[in-house]
Amino acid sequence: MNEREKILARIREALTVQAPFPGEPRAPGQQRPSPAQVRKWLPPAADSFDEQLALFRQNATSLKADFYALNLRDELKSRLLALRDAEDWRKIASHSGELTDLGVSALGVPVLKTDSGYDINELEKCDAGITECDALIAQTGSVLVANRSAGGRALSVLPPHHVVLARRKQLLPDLPAAFELLKQKYGCNYPGMISFITGPSRTGDIERILVLGAHGPRKLTIFFL
Amino acid sequence: MTVTLFIPCFVDLLYPRVAVSIVEILERLGHKIDFPEELNCCGQPAFNSGYWDEARAVALPVLRRLKNAEAVVIASGSCGAMQKVFYPQLFAGTKQEAEAKNLAAKCWEFSDFLATKLGVTDLGARFLHKVTFHDGCHGLRELGLKKPPRALLAKVRGLELVEMKEEVCCGFGGAFAVKFPMISTAMGEVKCAQAAETGAEYIVSNDSSCLMHIQGLADKQGMKLKVIHLAEVLTSR
Amino acid sequence: MSRPVQQFKAQAELSTHNLRLRATIQTALEKYAVVRDTNRRAFQDYQAARQAAAEIKWEAINHLDRYLEQFVSKLEARGTKVHWAGTGRLAREIILGIIREKKARSIIKSKTMTSEEIHLNEALEREGFEVVESDLGEFIVQLNKETPYHIVFPAMHLTRGEIKELFNRELAADASDNPEELTRVARRVLRKKYVGADIGFTGANFAVADAGMVSITENEGNARLTAALPKTLITLLGIEKVLPRLEDLALFLPLLATSGTGQPLTCYNTMYGGPRQPGESDGPEEWHVVLLDNRRTELLADAEQRDSLHCIRCGACLNVCPIFRNVGGPAYGTTYSGPVGSVITPHLRGWQDWKHLSFSSSLCGACTETCPVKIDLAHHLLQNRRKAVTQKSSLAGKLGFKLFAFIFNRPRLYRRVAPLGRLGQKLHPLVKGTRLDPAYAWTKSRATPQIAPRTFREFWRERNLHEIQQRPMQETKGQNQI
Repeated sequence: MNEREKILARIREALTVQAPFPGEPRAPGQQRPSPAQVRKWLPPAADSFDEQLALFRQNATSLKADFYALNLRDELKSRLLALRDAEDWRKIASHSGELTDLGVSALGVPVLKTDSGYDINELEKCDAGITECDALIAQTGSVLVANRSAGGRALSVLPPHHVVLARRKQLLPDLPAAFELLKQKYGCNYPGMISFITGPSRTGDIERILVLGAHGPRKLTIFFL
Repeated sequence: MTVTLFIPCFVDLLYPRVAVSIVEILERLGHKIDFPEELNCCGQPAFNSGYWDEARAVALPVLRRLKNAEAVVIASGSCGAMQKVFYPQLFAGTKQEAEAKNLAAKCWEFSDFLATKLGVTDLGARFLHKVTFHDGCHGLRELGLKKPPRALLAKVRGLELVEMKEEVCCGFGGAFAVKFPMISTAMGEVKCAQAAETGAEYIVSNDSSCLMHIQGLADKQGMKLKVIHLAEVLTSR
Repeated sequence: MSRPVQQFKAQAELSTHNLRLRATIQTALEKYAVVRDTNRRAFQDYQAARQAAAEIKWEAINHLDRYLEQFVSKLEARGTKVHWAGTGRLAREIILGIIREKKARSIIKSKTMTSEEIHLNEALEREGFEVVESDLGEFIVQLNKETPYHIVFPAMHLTRGEIKELFNRELAADASDNPEELTRVARRVLRKKYVGADIGFTGANFAVADAGMVSITENEGNARLTAALPKTLITLLGIEKVLPRLEDLALFLPLLATSGTGQPLTCYNTMYGGPRQPGESDGPEEWHVVLLDNRRTELLADAEQRDSLHCIRCGACLNVCPIFRNVGGPAYGTTYSGPVGSVITPHLRGWQDWKHLSFSSSLCGACTETCPVKIDLAHHLLQNRRKAVTQKSSLAGKLGFKLFAFIFNRPRLYRRVAPLGRLGQKLHPLVKGTRLDPAYAWTKSRATPQIAPRTFREFWRERNLHEIQQRPMQETKGQNQI
């Protein structure tokens, strides 16, 4: 027997004795909580779009992310230019996408595109990483990204400033909705990485005092178009 | 009704006034007291130390004697938890399983009996002091008795209750107090400090064993804290 | 006494007398409790969420074979190499084998308690590899040549002043004690390590069976970088980490965060499904997942205590445990400290050496009350005590409790206790406070209660004898007196 078989055999042997179920026995067909049930237990998420937007803004702000709802796509360019000037961006990184292409086109600084591989040292030198996303989650103020939507694994975490460009229709009420979306989008062929980003990188490891920008970005800016 | 009293050894020997107060209160409310003198321990020390056979040996006479009791009132949250929560576990799979469950269903910690079973909270007591309440852990977490003692205290004239910032253990824990005295003492120090922070004159509790520990520490350290059992507060005039 | 119990008592003696340390821990955990309570209250029904989590973990653990096989086959389908390790030693050999094969020199690690369990860092360093912990807290304790003080807050015992001195000494930094400045020092040092590391090494919070993904929860982004930059990634996880479905994370991620650090959700919650996939722009070329048993199957075989494998290692029970708060993590001498450590360690590492942890508890139940997956830890401690005694009881203990049962079952004998006790108390001052004092363990730090002049039973008997109706007791000075 190899190690796998030995461990599995030990597990099966152990499980021949039943352990008591922690609660009321469940009726057949009621094997697990439905997303609707989970939704009723978690912190409340709003019903209407406007309320969800307000909730996302409130959560993102308390997480110390910067959130801007923009009316026009042109406004995106001017906002990004303002950021470039304020933070003196010399070089940025991004990936191909409808919104990212629109955003970086006007910046006038060198852009490292991560789509088909890149040099880590080059990415490390970039002042900002501009990505799209899969969803925004109102309940938690999170940005949901995956390899495909955010230019790989490192783009959203290595540069000191992560700028997210999100679409109106990407706003979701809560975590159960986010997992439903993932299931629909990827079926059972999930990508290499899916990440819920909830505020800029942080640590409390020194005297439980909050410090932003531990290893990941110190700043997280979300533009909502 | 006839109320059967269970008075554990430490209340009997060290804090008899607690038991006397309970008798006084129950008799004043018109109940008849049945006191089985021969029952002086629920077996918890042996049970908590892992000696379940010995615990059963002590618990068996308790089960037998209380079999026909109408209601059992226990003068300690800890002994109450033993009979209400742990007897059914201790006797699970034995001939006495049903008896243990039967007893569990009719035994009451003293404050719970008054406030929940009898629905009486105002006993006409007067206690002109600022107090804080210490929840014995067994009463609090095994029996869920956060409210009954507070409901009773709320009706005591002149009493001001100031809560401590945490529901933290006083560090007694039976044999633990002498097996790991340094930890038990440190826990008691935290408790005393939190009680002192409230500015209360008295720490009130429904468990004499906790009070014994807290008083022991406070006295040794020359702190001014005084302790008093809930039953004694309720008979104060 | 076994060596671990001596070490535990010696360390407890030291740490309980270290008032500064106790105050540091108390303050940190009070801050945690405030945010935890706020965020638990934000749930619409926290108790229902907890109950559901307990049931889902039950389902996972009680069908562990099925879910593990599903998890592994999905992982393998996307090119991940899965290794099974029955023991810590085998896991170390597997990991060393991968590192040697890659001709690697440097390893960057994100936080993993399972690697502490198998003493991986020592093994790698013995072989001459450079191992760097990237989680800030872990980095600090590694630099300070310590083990993590707490499974979630590894450096909570150190003040910023101590960390400043450590960084200035070990990293030739010139930092003040400002946490932000100290964090920047660590960030700068570790960035270089990331870019140069040959191997990334992570643990896992959940192994999601239906998706074949590993979920990692963190705040700093160090795990994200560890799993993104090096060419080879190794992930070590215990077999109990399984969750049946990806959507279960909708419940478990917020529960883990609220209980773990008090946050509504930690900063990064990331699920990994494989090494770099075709069409993906980055990620490791190879991903090795090492599944560790290390006697977890023995705990699994104990149906009564099987649910202690439901633990999601949030550390909530440590944070509320008055024992942990006062003695601290290192005193335990175990990888997993606090209530859950006391429950599982004797099962995983032997009863006779580790049973003392189950006895070192006042059974206050704060752990049971706080556990987000409803493991009844306090009652598990009782079960452990019973099992330890059944396996091997001490002669003194056995005789002691036989005598206890003998006396308490004989009311006439019990009646002698009061007079004997009063006599004893008269003699007590002769030895009180000295080592000859049989009650020294109590009297060293606590005043002794006095046996009342009249016990309740004496009172009751007199009352019945004289058949007089009892009037309310008169107030007397001493509170024991009647």
